[in-house]
Amino acid sequence: MNGLIGRKVGMTSVYDSKGKNVACTVIEIGPCVVTQVKTVETDGYTALQLGFGERKEKNTPQALSGHFKKAGTGAKRMVKEFKDFKGLQKQLGDVIRVDEVFAEGDKVSATGVTKGKGFQGVVKRHSFRGVNDATHGQHNRQRAPGSIGACSFPAKVFKGMRMAGRTGGDQVKMPNLKIVKVFPDENLLVIKGAVPGHKGSFVIVEK
Amino acid sequence: MDAIKFVNEKMLNIPSYPNFRSGDTIMVTYKIIEGSKERLQSFRGDVIQIKGKGGTKTFTVRKISNGVGVERIFPYSSQIITEIELLKRGKVRRSRLFYLRELVGKKARIKEKRTASSK
Repeated sequence: MNGLIGRKVGMTSVYDSKGKNVACTVIEIGPCVVTQVKTVETDGYTALQLGFGERKEKNTPQALSGHFKKAGTGAKRMVKEFKDFKGLQKQLGDVIRVDEVFAEGDKVSATGVTKGKGFQGVVKRHSFRGVNDATHGQHNRQRAPGSIGACSFPAKVFKGMRMAGRTGGDQVKMPNLKIVKVFPDENLLVIKGAVPGHKGSFVIVEK
Repeated sequence: MDAIKFVNEKMLNIPSYPNFRSGDTIMVTYKIIEGSKERLQSFRGDVIQIKGKGGTKTFTVRKISNGVGVERIFPYSSQIITEIELLKRGKVRRSRLFYLRELVGKKARIKEKRTASSK
């Protein structure tokens, strides 16, 4: 999979060729540097490991610091491996820019960590409907989950029962997003639709 | 934020319409596409809300049509808008005029703002 690492900048809306308003996410993507080249001989499969974002040397673990030194790239914030990176012959330390990987109209997927929502009830967390009635004998049950199981058989609550709890902060992949525009000089990517995460969070875009 | 601004500048054709505000009476002329045919229609009313800023802002126009209040939200950079005409400056004390929804008849009028040039 060919891909790059980026940061979510925010959302806006643009107009397509038919004059329709399209909600878009702007991603500051790359330039990424090759921090490791994996080959069949050495690793059993082919892959490119890319690094993105600056990081202070003093905040980098020594093991990682040595890894970056080997590639001659300087410390990076985020490192991600892309299996079977096709079409590009890249050496250790090479820079990959947006226009080498993505073009306008490509279908891509975007992976990010969703916004953390804290401890939430079942209505928000699992889209339960709650009780839609405030009358007919209901008392503070509007957003309650209802029954969580039967009686003396099975005499337990099944594992995986959907309940309230920590919501958000999960890694989510949004597939089939269309690239509306690529700005190679500014390292910007405009993608149709929403992308997981808050502004400034890391996003992995794959083709 | 700058990147968003940059994308908006590059990708939106931000038109230059007369500078209208909430409370102003405007006439929006816009295209209607029916199958392959295209015709113009206009919507005349009071601006009751302007939302957002820059190229992605939208505005709401309210009018009374056959005794029924009708509101329409237009995106400012929408390509279907051909013209916006500023008819009257309104004298209002707030930027969102939702109180007009509860008023009918003479009470729902907006006082005209008298400026030196209009006298």
